[in-house]
Amino acid sequence: MAYEVNGQTIEHDEEGYITDITQWVPELAGIIAKEEEVDLTDEHWEVIKFLREYYDEYQIAPAIRVLVKAVKKKLGPERGSNKYLYELFPYGPAKQACKIAGLPKPTGCI
Amino acid sequence: MAKAKIEVPQIKTKREMPSLQPGAMAHSKPYVAAPDHQKPLGFPGELVDNWEEKAVEKLRELLGKYRSLQVFLDSCVHCGACTDKCHYFLGTKDPLNMPVARQDLLRQVYRKHFTPAGKAFGGIVNAKPMSKEVLDDWYKYYHQCSQCRRCSVFCPYGIDTAEISMAAREIMDHIGMGQKYCNEIIAKVYKIGNNLGLPGPALKATLEDFEEDLLDETGIEVKLPLDVEGAEILLIAPSADFFAEPHIDSLFGYAKVFHQAGISWTLSTYASEAGNFGMFIGSYENMHKISNRIRKAAIDLGVKRIVFGECGHAWRVAYAFLNTLAGPWDFLDPKYPVPQSIIEFTHDLIRRGALNLDKTANDHMTLTYHDSCNVARATRMGDMPGGQLILPREVIKAVCNKFVDMDADTIGEKTFCCGGGGGILTDELLELRVKGALPRMEALDAVVKQEGVTHMAAICAICKSQFSKVLPYYGHDMEMIQGVHQLVSNAIQLGTKE
Repeated sequence: MAYEVNGQTIEHDEEGYITDITQWVPELAGIIAKEEEVDLTDEHWEVIKFLREYYDEYQIAPAIRVLVKAVKKKLGPERGSNKYLYELFPYGPAKQACKIAGLPKPTGCI
Repeated sequence: MAKAKIEVPQIKTKREMPSLQPGAMAHSKPYVAAPDHQKPLGFPGELVDNWEEKAVEKLRELLGKYRSLQVFLDSCVHCGACTDKCHYFLGTKDPLNMPVARQDLLRQVYRKHFTPAGKAFGGIVNAKPMSKEVLDDWYKYYHQCSQCRRCSVFCPYGIDTAEISMAAREIMDHIGMGQKYCNEIIAKVYKIGNNLGLPGPALKATLEDFEEDLLDETGIEVKLPLDVEGAEILLIAPSADFFAEPHIDSLFGYAKVFHQAGISWTLSTYASEAGNFGMFIGSYENMHKISNRIRKAAIDLGVKRIVFGECGHAWRVAYAFLNTLAGPWDFLDPKYPVPQSIIEFTHDLIRRGALNLDKTANDHMTLTYHDSCNVARATRMGDMPGGQLILPREVIKAVCNKFVDMDADTIGEKTFCCGGGGGILTDELLELRVKGALPRMEALDAVVKQEGVTHMAAICAICKSQFSKVLPYYGHDMEMIQGVHQLVSNAIQLGTKE
């Protein structure tokens, strides 16, 4: 199970999350997004960028509310809602956005 | 990884016995745990050599350890009372999801190896040796049971399918065939402290962020204290309360209640998880290890009381097993039950008039309440029989003007599982989760149409996540599901009583 990007093979698990998160490259986001039937726009990229920055600092994806606040700051109050994030990532901003951003899947009762 | 389209069952106004569809869910099974998920739990990394014998050996050990298991395997008379009581059967129509059929998957092996008739006559008396085919069926159908125990309410012998499914999972873990979802999560608890994998510094930053939100919302400095030595109360919340929606709003509710009551409290980094997935996999050793994190945190922080947040399975482990698993609790204040549920805690404050609540804050909603399976059928709250059913409703009614119950056959001790409990809340089982939610969705649909219900409250992290996910499949808004302390959070008038 692997993605092919620029001639490079990037392994992923059964669910499509890459197994070595250091291998992520921006081109990969487009490939995973296609599999997920998500068309990446600038707004998606803002979320992906924030998720990756947050992960760099804390080794976990942010709480949904923290993500909503960040999106609100960046994209304006009308987009600062959980609902808007679901419009961007219909399977859920935590799991689907993390997958596309090359981060591990958040687990637990979520 | 494009998602297969899930055929959502039709809502019917009258529940009926479904026409059987053998093999309807034979394709449904969770991902198998990798060695990295298995080993920290003390299980072999992959399917061991001689796994057939090892499985029978483990069954022998469990029969010796748990008398109940032997009684459950011996006493079924196939009367059929349980057949149409399982939400997964009602939603999938797969006959192997009838509780009796699910039990028989283990019972056939038990008969073959442990009963004289089974040893002598084999298949004629429905006895079968352990085989690849049997193991495959176990793996599929013991992961189509949420261990909600509704069937046991209707069984004249009180056979508890949950315990049989836990035993089967325990056997599978010990031969190296564990479930990824549960075991990866338990491994995270050992490594990081919670199911989510939220490291201490991230938890600290998250709580600080939430404190800012609380300040913005209320104008008052409501705290979410972490690792505070000498606090009166240690609050054990499910880690979903630090991450997911609507869970966070209940966390805010707990904080506001503590604030108004003026009682010092703290969360713990080390014990930052209420849920105990050791129960889902029937592993006493893992339940024990997870529970003792709470004991260590309570001792290290020098608290006097332990209160559990809104978490259904956690409350079962806490209420029913915590003393055996992690007691004695003689260092805590003997004036209070060990542990307490946040529902009991808030209910007591309400009864004593210690909270100032404005019910009209929730007037935009008409509420109903989903009894979480493990709370309803395996625990109690307060000091009266049935308190686990009464107290949450009393708390809701103290903060909401409009409350209606669903059909009596679907609440209380007869409540239907949300469809995501017991280790089923994982993406690859989504079809099962959507279909298993059918009976609850039917009961909800009825009160939506007849009583104008707009929202449903629950006190379990799994229920909240599961409903957020499946409600849209049935045409409802994902935000229809609310936490009970989310409602409390809306109604509590801060700055008026403290």
